[in-house]
Amino acid sequence: MIEFLKQPWAWYISGPLIGLMVPLLLIIGNKVFGISSSLRHICAACLPAKIPFFSYEWKKEIWNIVLVAGILIGGFIATQLLLNNQPVQINPKLVTELSGYGITDYHSLVPAQLFNFQQLFTLKGFILIVVGGFLVGFGTRYAGGCTSGHSIMGLSNLQLPSLIATICFMIGGFIMANFVLPFILTL
Amino acid sequence: MTKKTTIQNKEINTDFEVRSLDADFNNQQTTKEPWWSHIKYLVTGILFGIILVKTEVISWFRIQEMFRLQSFHMYGVIGSAVITGIISIQIIKRFNIKTLNGEKIELPRKQFSKGQIYGGLLFGFGWALTGACPGPIFAQIGTGALVMIIALLSAIAGTWVYGLIQEKLPQ
Repeated sequence: MIEFLKQPWAWYISGPLIGLMVPLLLIIGNKVFGISSSLRHICAACLPAKIPFFSYEWKKEIWNIVLVAGILIGGFIATQLLLNNQPVQINPKLVTELSGYGITDYHSLVPAQLFNFQQLFTLKGFILIVVGGFLVGFGTRYAGGCTSGHSIMGLSNLQLPSLIATICFMIGGFIMANFVLPFILTL
Repeated sequence: MTKKTTIQNKEINTDFEVRSLDADFNNQQTTKEPWWSHIKYLVTGILFGIILVKTEVISWFRIQEMFRLQSFHMYGVIGSAVITGIISIQIIKRFNIKTLNGEKIELPRKQFSKGQIYGGLLFGFGWALTGACPGPIFAQIGTGALVMIIALLSAIAGTWVYGLIQEKLPQ
């Protein structure tokens, strides 16, 4: 059993499990699945600065912050107990492309050669980590949700705005990954 | 219309008015819960974090594969999650399933705004750069990629700046 759990999980196992988060949260506490709103609640709790967007009773949404704390702990548990230390298996075409940028280490899910504290102080690392992170926080709030709130929760509830948002996430990612990122990786 | 209402209410903005303006408030529960009931959400988060790591959707490599159309994996995960979600919500609606507290489950409708297009594109850029959406950033930190704490702080800063200039952006 443990050996089975240590393998990377196939999409047809993990996808339905992720989908079940939607009814699980609704049934255990009438909570709507969504993650990016937690960033807004953190702002409201730590630095509201009298901005109307952050002036609300954030304490009612503490559950959302508890949920993301759980995700962090889950990531830790999975890595410590359930990882088999095999390199990430990806399409050989991508392996060839990335080796051209000197990326050859597939032992961690987050590429250790790109995402580390030394890289943070280079232009490439700054763009990937700081600019990328900023766009994630700004973009999800502007869009009113992220992959969980729109792509999973919103689509599950057949909401057209969520479909539009999801298509735009994909277009944005497609443009960045194919046309801009190759240049950034050469920096 | 919404924009005007926000400005007029700035001085007397009650919690209810802010809440009625958007769908960021995911707590639909009307009864108060004791503090220890948060353990439910902690456990749910832990399960979600384990799934995200084990299926590698938090991997920058997997995200690059997805956006280059080189693997079905990510599409399979998101697609089957959505199908499961649709079926679950239909079951909840048809059979009028209640919460553990006996409350009726009501799902908020999402309002269309231009933000879904502009914000969606900006988030897409960030997703391809960091290899993370908001949920996975937390899981990535958990896997030991501590530099992603900086990405998280930057994402919080991005959210804060959005809140600051929100009224000036096309909605």
